[in-house]
Amino acid sequence: MDKCKTEDVSEHQLIEGVRAGQDIAVSELVKLHGGWMLAVAQRLLRDRALAEDCVQESFIRATQNIDSFEGRSTLKSWLHRIVINSALMKLRSKNRRNESSLDQLLPVFDANDCRIERPWHDIETPEKILLRANMKNIITEKINALPDGYRVVILLRDIEEMSTREVAEALECSEGAVKVRLHRARAALKSLLEPILRGEDENG
Amino acid sequence: MDSFLVWISRFIKGKMMRHMPNMITCVEFEEFIIDYLEGTLSQTDQLKFEKHIRFCRECREYLTAYQHSIELGRIAFKLPDDPVPEDVPEDLVKAILEVTRR
Repeated sequence: MDKCKTEDVSEHQLIEGVRAGQDIAVSELVKLHGGWMLAVAQRLLRDRALAEDCVQESFIRATQNIDSFEGRSTLKSWLHRIVINSALMKLRSKNRRNESSLDQLLPVFDANDCRIERPWHDIETPEKILLRANMKNIITEKINALPDGYRVVILLRDIEEMSTREVAEALECSEGAVKVRLHRARAALKSLLEPILRGEDENG
Repeated sequence: MDSFLVWISRFIKGKMMRHMPNMITCVEFEEFIIDYLEGTLSQTDQLKFEKHIRFCRECREYLTAYQHSIELGRIAFKLPDDPVPEDVPEDLVKAILEVTRR
């Protein structure tokens, strides 16, 4: 059951209730949206406690700014933007950021500008790979091995499915910069997942 | 001898990619990937890109692996997590209510 599929009328009533400062409306808002917001925060922050803090701050921000919600976007996408921004701010202030270099993971070209790529005789499809034991955890571990700046772009574009423009706004950079960073992140991810894709890893 | 053959074939390939009409090198191909996948390549660039895929085994296979990686990441993250509950913990609801009360 999709808890977020409220009718326009009742969502409108909910928002009015929040505007009026009704406990029951705020509580309902949190129960309806807190679950997915927690999941979003946890993916970005990789820390349950931080994610809960993030969601708490997001709801505070949302209720404080409820008057500025004009219904131009859906309530869910408005809340999504709030939780993303809150999580990104928390990431920026985290002490242990992974800022290692991507260079070793990027594709290689020879002096003739030709790509050097070991032949792929076989490539496993994603669906088949995910049937293997523990693959989800192994893959998320690989994504988490990326430097933070690149990991975030992949999460926002490929997982949260935000547009390039939305990601640029959230990260306060140009769309061009987002694209370059996304591409490099994906190239690095491909390198990290390569043993799995080739069926040469020791798992499964 | 083997490595000389490899070297020579790469040398020839590199030359062809640089001098054939409407052909791009692998380095240029790499720069086009993101726009190709987003559908924002110009018509001419798209033709060059697709021509390069037909011509170049390395880039063709690389692109497939690249796309598979994106897909793997997407599916892996969308599979349900064991410990992330659908319901918001009651104490979190309470905490939010306390702070948002005017």
